[in-house]
Amino acid sequence: MFMPVTLQLLEGFWETLKVFALTLAFSIPLGLVVCFGSMSAFKPLRALTRGFVWVIRGTPLMLQLIIIFYGPGLLFDLPAMPRLTATIVAFAINYACYFSEIYRGGIESIPVGQYEAGQVLGMTRQQIFFKVVLLQVIKRIMAPMSNEIITLVKDTALARMIGIYEIIWAGESFIKKGMIWPLFYTGVFYLVFNGGLTVLFAKLEKKLNYFRG
Amino acid sequence: MNILEVKNIKKKFGSTDVLKGVSFSLEQGQVLAIIGSSGSGKTTLLRCLNFLETPDEGEILVNGKLLTGKNLSEEQIRQNRLHFGLVFQNFNLFPQYTVLENITLAPSLMKQASPVEIREKALKLLDQVGLTEKKDAYPYQLSGGQQQRVAIARALALSPQVLCFDEPTSALDPELTGEVLRVIRGLKSKENTMIVVTHEMEFARSVADVVIYMADGVIEEMGTPEEVFENPKSEKTRAFISGTQGAY
Repeated sequence: MFMPVTLQLLEGFWETLKVFALTLAFSIPLGLVVCFGSMSAFKPLRALTRGFVWVIRGTPLMLQLIIIFYGPGLLFDLPAMPRLTATIVAFAINYACYFSEIYRGGIESIPVGQYEAGQVLGMTRQQIFFKVVLLQVIKRIMAPMSNEIITLVKDTALARMIGIYEIIWAGESFIKKGMIWPLFYTGVFYLVFNGGLTVLFAKLEKKLNYFRG
Repeated sequence: MNILEVKNIKKKFGSTDVLKGVSFSLEQGQVLAIIGSSGSGKTTLLRCLNFLETPDEGEILVNGKLLTGKNLSEEQIRQNRLHFGLVFQNFNLFPQYTVLENITLAPSLMKQASPVEIREKALKLLDQVGLTEKKDAYPYQLSGGQQQRVAIARALALSPQVLCFDEPTSALDPELTGEVLRVIRGLKSKENTMIVVTHEMEFARSVADVVIYMADGVIEEMGTPEEVFENPKSEKTRAFISGTQGAY
């Protein structure tokens, strides 16, 4: 039974990986946009962004997922998005809000002297952000970001709510055949994958250890 | 002609008058030392010159060109800043760049010269501050005094018309102040016009051409070091000078 179970779990895990990778690809840059909004000097934009972050972080991802999948059809008679698209939209928005707060904390922790040093050297605002501040921010947010990313690996299981055949669903389908071990087996998939991510983050952190500050 | 003219600079923070009308001028190659107790407005004055603060009133002219005005664009302010250099109390080196990269970053971004020329100039400046062998070190690997010398080289790389120092030795251990003051002293030349805000009275006395004593947001006394240190006209200045000497 081991091979067929493995194959079926792999099929589920492929879906899990798609949700994970696509969510990251969209939410990491989107988070920066949300972050700039929440730090904007233009008060209405700042208030709007912070209100949005409050709503997204204050309600369950599961609820957001269901609303994004069923909402357009029920509210506006629009055709439903493909399941994977709806999943990525919901996940990317949700994670972008969490990331934006991590970015904000990182950016605000950079001493004002770094900006001023850039200013008196005649750098533009963009140059100061990208050439002076950004790498220091990345170094400072590595630990909270890896936390959040590992949480995302496990949150992908929520996608089954709107019919994504992810790995836990795949594992659970063996229960009706009287098998519990495939569920433990799904746990191994998560453990190995998160183990790999942990090693990767440790490597990245080490790479950024060439400087302090 | 005066390289720098400062006319009636006023600055308020909330309801606090930090600068109540400060005017002075400098000729090319002069070194101005600004002394005074904390809260007298020395640092705010330097920050106004470097456009880190916008004065509420007053004019700043470099080589006769007016730099201040209402509603300056971000780009104009950036261009204005290039007339001045500023060395900070806390160095503010960029931690992720090597010593050499710290010096070449801004000139490279501005494409001031070819990369080779920028590098050569940076190496020459490093030699001038005595840190050639540290060119590939990162700031955390340097002592405070060394970091400040790099910061001086970094400011010089843009060839500012007026180089300002904001208490350049205040964050240093006493045994490290000498090396930084020696470098600043060594910069004194016909070309380099400098303004040094400092608590180092001996340094001010021996290096400066002009000394300003500031108190409560005004220039309480201005003159040659002999005039200010030996024969202060105002009672306040006398009290301050004798206070700093009384410490020993």
